[in-house]
Amino acid sequence: MNLDFSQIVPSIPFILEGIGATLKFVSVSIMFGLVLGTILALFKISNKKWIKLPADIYTSIFRGTPLILQLMIIHYAIPQLFEYDIPVFLSAVLAFGLNSAAYVSEIIRAGIMAVDKGQIEAAEALGVGYKPMMMNIILPQATKNILPALMNEFITLTKESALVSTIGYMDLMRRAEIVGAQLYRNFEPLLFAGIIYWVMIFILTNIGNWLERRMRKSD
Amino acid sequence: MIKTIDLTKTFGEHTVLREITTTIDQGEVVAIIGPSGSGKSTLLRCLNLLENPSQGYIWIKNREITSPKVKKVEIRKDIGMVFQHFHLFPHMTVLENVMYAPIKVKNMKKELAVKIAKGLLAKVGLKDKIDAYPNRLSGGQKQRVAIARALAMEPEIMLFDEPTSALDPEMVKEVLDVMKDLTQTGMTMVVVTHEMNFAREVADRIIFMDEGKIMEEGNPKEFFTNPKTKRAEDFLSKVL
Ligand SMILES: Nc1ncnc2c1ncn2[C@@H]1O[C@H](COP(=O)(O)OP(=O)(O)OP(=O)(O)O)[C@@H](O)[C@H]1O
Ligand SMILES: [Mg+2]
Repeated sequence: MNLDFSQIVPSIPFILEGIGATLKFVSVSIMFGLVLGTILALFKISNKKWIKLPADIYTSIFRGTPLILQLMIIHYAIPQLFEYDIPVFLSAVLAFGLNSAAYVSEIIRAGIMAVDKGQIEAAEALGVGYKPMMMNIILPQATKNILPALMNEFITLTKESALVSTIGYMDLMRRAEIVGAQLYRNFEPLLFAGIIYWVMIFILTNIGNWLERRMRKSD
Repeated sequence: MIKTIDLTKTFGEHTVLREITTTIDQGEVVAIIGPSGSGKSTLLRCLNLLENPSQGYIWIKNREITSPKVKKVEIRKDIGMVFQHFHLFPHMTVLENVMYAPIKVKNMKKELAVKIAKGLLAKVGLKDKIDAYPNRLSGGQKQRVAIARALAMEPEIMLFDEPTSALDPEMVKEVLDVMKDLTQTGMTMVVVTHEMNFAREVADRIIFMDEGKIMEEGNPKEFFTNPKTKRAEDFLSKVL
């Protein structure tokens, strides 16, 4: 067995910097996906077809094609059309945010649909308008279904985030690859990066479990 | 107070209400009875536009609510509704359930809404439950909260859709008693019910429905002792 972790020690700070880069783009993507996904979800529960349809098509496209393809199109193909040299960070956030919005919108839509229809009728019978009904009655109840599923989506997004190394974004993955190439030893830096990913996901998973337990308690 | 003219409701091919024409006066207590699937709930739900009538007209307090110009929210402020399955807001306390609509819909000041809500909850016998969440209440208690919630909007009409059908037998009376009290206040009430004794004792008029039509209507004594139609006779022989 040819293993020697001492060789990567000088490169550890360089790899660790990737945590910040990964977290930064993941959190911006999550925010972006959350906002756009919420809007799309509200479109989807509309009973007007011309509002619902575009949101459904959007979801179908972003869930029906590989994320890496979406990333490549945004980073390499769009610039070809508009002659704009798009920064990697922006490409990464756009691809992950737009993609995540599709999943988030489905999660929120399903969460809202799972709220008992009687709640809507009760609110309507009291003369409550659409907006306060959504804000005060439907969404607070839907949150219980939505939050745990959203947590899962964020975990998936964090894991998949390593894809941005393919367009040259200096995230954890990319840095591990660079160190590997410099040292002609790939195993140690990749293993090191893998442990860091695992720790990050482990923390997120535990936050998710904790949230889910809390949600269930309030039943 | 309430007037329907040729009110018809279809779901797709299925005609559920057929040209319902009737009038309910202010302060009148009307019990709607009839076999399952006869359209009782649908008729009730048309009155506050939870269902959109397919044809015909509904007038409430000299206003045609079936006119496309009418805002549903406006109509519903004056009409309270109580459901078979209560539909309390589970994430709000009893007090919050009752004061939510007055504050949000009528822009009532919070102090006043609290005062009114507490008064109503005392009236339905739930003074000591105001801070409880609905899941801590029995069915009868839930339904009394639901009645208080509807009354908090100070409606002129109250609609009840089988308010006691989901209750354990021992809780039926406490809800019916609250409803009886309400009839004494001059409230206009339309009650879909399977409680024949309640209908006989409390209602001013019985509407008997079958297959989407009003087959027979009249005062309870006459209806129960001497039904005019064969359908009503058959129905009564089954439920009495
Ligand atoms: N939203 C709907 N879509 C399609 N059909 C419906 C809908 N609501 C009611 N119906 C049908 O309309 C008919 C009348 O229903 P309705 O609920 O008014 O009857 P009901 O007299 O209240 O019966 P029950 O005593 O069982 O409550 C039934 O055949 C029912 O299946
Ligand atoms: Mg019914």
